[in-house]
Amino acid sequence: MTNTPQPIDNRFYEMLERLQAVDFVLVELNLYLDTHPNDMQAINQYNEQAEQRWAIAHEFEALYGPLTNFGHSYSGYPWQWNQVPWPWQV
Amino acid sequence: MWIYEKKLQYPVRVSKCDPQMAKFLMEQYGGADGELAAALRYLNQRYTIPDKVIGLLTDIGTEEFAHLEMIATMVYKLTKDATVEQLEAAGLGAHYAAHDKALFYENAAGVPWTAAYIQAKGDPIADLYEDIAAEEKARATYQWLIDMTDDVDLQDSLRFLREREIVHSLRFREAVEILKEEQDRKKFF
Repeated sequence: MTNTPQPIDNRFYEMLERLQAVDFVLVELNLYLDTHPNDMQAINQYNEQAEQRWAIAHEFEALYGPLTNFGHSYSGYPWQWNQVPWPWQV
Repeated sequence: MWIYEKKLQYPVRVSKCDPQMAKFLMEQYGGADGELAAALRYLNQRYTIPDKVIGLLTDIGTEEFAHLEMIATMVYKLTKDATVEQLEAAGLGAHYAAHDKALFYENAAGVPWTAAYIQAKGDPIADLYEDIAAEEKARATYQWLIDMTDDVDLQDSLRFLREREIVHSLRFREAVEILKEEQDRKKFF
């Protein structure tokens, strides 16, 4: 990854929304499982969604740069983490 | 340890500059039942709560920071293009004098956030009931805020936050039941 991030276009918003959607399912399942730890079906669903989430996040990051700091995402050159836009700027 | 994610939990769009609404929204930023209070309340209680509930307090506390960022985004977007005159007319003259357009942890009336807003009793049932009450109060505040704006984009984000309060309240109620069951088991066996 040596490319500079893609400009913010319609695709950015579409992919961001896909990511927000799958992350919402994961937050909901996570909180549900915190009080229903023996629900096997929900655990399977959680693991499936986590796998999907990983794929969507990687696709997003390849185009628009890292989503997370501290080594949880890769960076291209130059250092991509502190590049705009921040969440409140879009 | 916390990791930051460079995205909002749910989109925040506003359709106009509205410093008056921004002022009202500060209730959920630095108010007694706001998102800062919620995050700090749960994350602080978790050290002394029974093991079965630590995960829930950690996760809801973390989600509250995502909500705090959504409220901050609303306030930022609603005020960024406002003139000083517009801020003054919206009742934000005193805020401007002290903070320019910087955000500050204060409620809608400009009262700074205080740790006195949150409790940590150490008694798990007392703490969880406080948490349930906090979620219900936040839900009510979101309803009043939705009623106070005609900005449909803003209403959409506020509705998301209102629904999250309902889910959190439900999960805390379940946590109470889990602890009661555990307590009963200890008594009888």
